Amino acid sequence: MKARVTVTLKSGILDPQGKAIEGALKSLGVGGVASVRQGKVFDIEIEGADRAGTEAALKAAAEKLLANTVIENYRIEVTG
Amino acid sequence: MKSAVIVFPGINRERDMARALKLTSGRAPAMVWHAETQLPAGTDLVVLPGGFSYGDYLRCGAIAARAPIMDAVRAFAAKGGLVLAICNGFQIACESGLLPGALLRNAQLRFICRDVYLRVERSDNAFTRGYNAGQVIRVPIAHGEGNYIADGPTMARLEGEGRVIFRYASPDGMIDPDWNHNGAMNAIAGIINERGNVLGMMPHPENHVEASMGRTDGRGLFAGLVDHFKLAA
Repeated sequence: MKARVTVTLKSGILDPQGKAIEGALKSLGVGGVASVRQGKVFDIEIEGADRAGTEAALKAAAEKLLANTVIENYRIEVTG
Repeated sequence: MKSAVIVFPGINRERDMARALKLTSGRAPAMVWHAETQLPAGTDLVVLPGGFSYGDYLRCGAIAARAPIMDAVRAFAAKGGLVLAICNGFQIACESGLLPGALLRNAQLRFICRDVYLRVERSDNAFTRGYNAGQVIRVPIAHGEGNYIADGPTMARLEGEGRVIFRYASPDGMIDPDWNHNGAMNAIAGIINERGNVLGMMPHPENHVEASMGRTDGRGLFAGLVDHFKLAA
């Protein structure tokens, strides 16, 4: 099954890269940019598992490696 | 003092560390590849050295923290073995759960390579017994992600239990935002675990141990460790 894990910084964690991108978007004159937070996206294919098995595997992947839960949150979406 | 330096792909400070250990303890460390599952028998000190393990992919230290040898390092630390984690090693220690908190991108968004001043907060542990509490030492830093952060309860514990060992300071030992080069919370440059046997720090004491390096301020850390094991023997 195909899935996507999105990892983002927890609110309150300073995101200097997001701030720099925000500044660049503002200097480009992109209208209405209020704030930018940078994150990571992992597109993952899981073989030989049903939906529940895929979700369990992705949760393990996120907890063990993809996210540092001290500073980051993650979201799992099984896309089909 | 029998030391073991863990070698991960992409690190580059392992030889500086080996040289400093040989110079200060008279004994060359074992260089232990990350794919090993055991430390050499009789190891006193494990060092996680600096560099850029796995090219800093995913997060600094994240992949190295899951290397096969790290189970042995965690078991060694759980039994009270001393672990010295420098720079990328500090990031690996945080990622592996040996130390709390995390190291974020420097607040100024720049890689910083320069000498800094550190105030030694405590000298009643195996790592900094060669210094006096309150002493200021000058050692180099070289990192892009050294901005230490921990959540409120963790920070309260670190401070409350006196587990901050080094802080970035002015040459006369004042804690000042102008001298906190990477924006670390509470100007933290180095912390110790609850049991006092795992030290993580961003600066490189191993690069100030010989007169030819310009300074020898880092030598106190290694001399203290050697002393610690002499007394224990």
